[in-house]
Amino acid sequence: MMNEFLMISFYGTAIALILIGLYATLAKKNLLKIVIGLSIADSGLNLLFMAIGYVKDGTAPIFSAEVVGKNVVMVDPVPQALVLTAIVIGFAVTAVALSLVMRLYRHHNTAAIDEIKNLKW
Amino acid sequence: MMKRFFIFLILAIVGYYIVDVVSQIPFGENRVNVGDYYLDKSPSELKVSNTVTAIVVNYRGFDTLGEVTVLFLAATGLASIMFRRKRKGEKDIRAKKASSRIIQIGSQILFPIIILLGAYVFIHGHLSPGGGFQGGVIIATASLLMLISYRKFKVNHSTISWIESIAGIVFVLLGVTGLILGKTFLENFLPTGELNNLLSGGIIGIIYVAVGFKVAAELTGLIDTLLLNNRPEANKEK
Repeated sequence: MMNEFLMISFYGTAIALILIGLYATLAKKNLLKIVIGLSIADSGLNLLFMAIGYVKDGTAPIFSAEVVGKNVVMVDPVPQALVLTAIVIGFAVTAVALSLVMRLYRHHNTAAIDEIKNLKW
Repeated sequence: MMKRFFIFLILAIVGYYIVDVVSQIPFGENRVNVGDYYLDKSPSELKVSNTVTAIVVNYRGFDTLGEVTVLFLAATGLASIMFRRKRKGEKDIRAKKASSRIIQIGSQILFPIIILLGAYVFIHGHLSPGGGFQGGVIIATASLLMLISYRKFKVNHSTISWIESIAGIVFVLLGVTGLILGKTFLENFLPTGELNNLLSGGIIGIIYVAVGFKVAAELTGLIDTLLLNNRPEANKEK
């Protein structure tokens, strides 16, 4: 029962975050909001990864002095290491996207994509 | 409203397939073999208590080298996108008004404490949660605090690029030394010490300190580039 509650809340939050981020990216006109949507979708994906690596009643995969020698269940460390990489890459992508937005704003004096005429698709 | 309909159609399709895939993965069951292998070998072979650090820096260390390179590329790309040649008589202007006295004194007190915390986090990366990336980000927040409270706080970009390059070279040199003395890139050639000691894990601690310096320097430079408000209008208002 507890396990199912955890599963639904973890997966539900992660998928909801991904969809909210995608919606913001597709529907919003302001470039800053599009970048925010991208990073929301990013955190949703990270949460999904972490939820897949969960083991029932597991603790953090750190062998501190209290844990050594005891039979403790630990969660899977591989998704955590991957998410650490993904967070850094997501940060780099957000920084470059924000700088492009700032540059566009300086050039056109607006951050709305439908007002920047030569970018309309 | 045709566009909105298509957006929700796309969202429904993507959502359906994510739910379809995720529902086939058992939740909270036992780990796959790779995770078990790392959890077994990390405390016994490498003597590193934080398994995530052992994976990031040693087992997947080559991947982390690429990650650090991506961060470096992002900082360089951002600086080249934001670059603008100054006209005659223009100065770098950060904010319109100086912060209040309270914020300035408070950030003076907090600045060394935040740097100490960041250094603690990346030095103890192999013992407790945290590591080079996290500690570097904490140090960068300290310089962000100084940048927003003092108008004249200058970041020296040549010092930053020196720190960056030296930290990157230390990472690569340690990896190549492992290749020469052992069999693989980033092989642990130093004595591993005892579990839960500060001097344990061989090259892992040294690499994470280098990564911490590199990330801190890169993020400080990046924040400084983003905060500089040297648009022509900003100069005119003066």
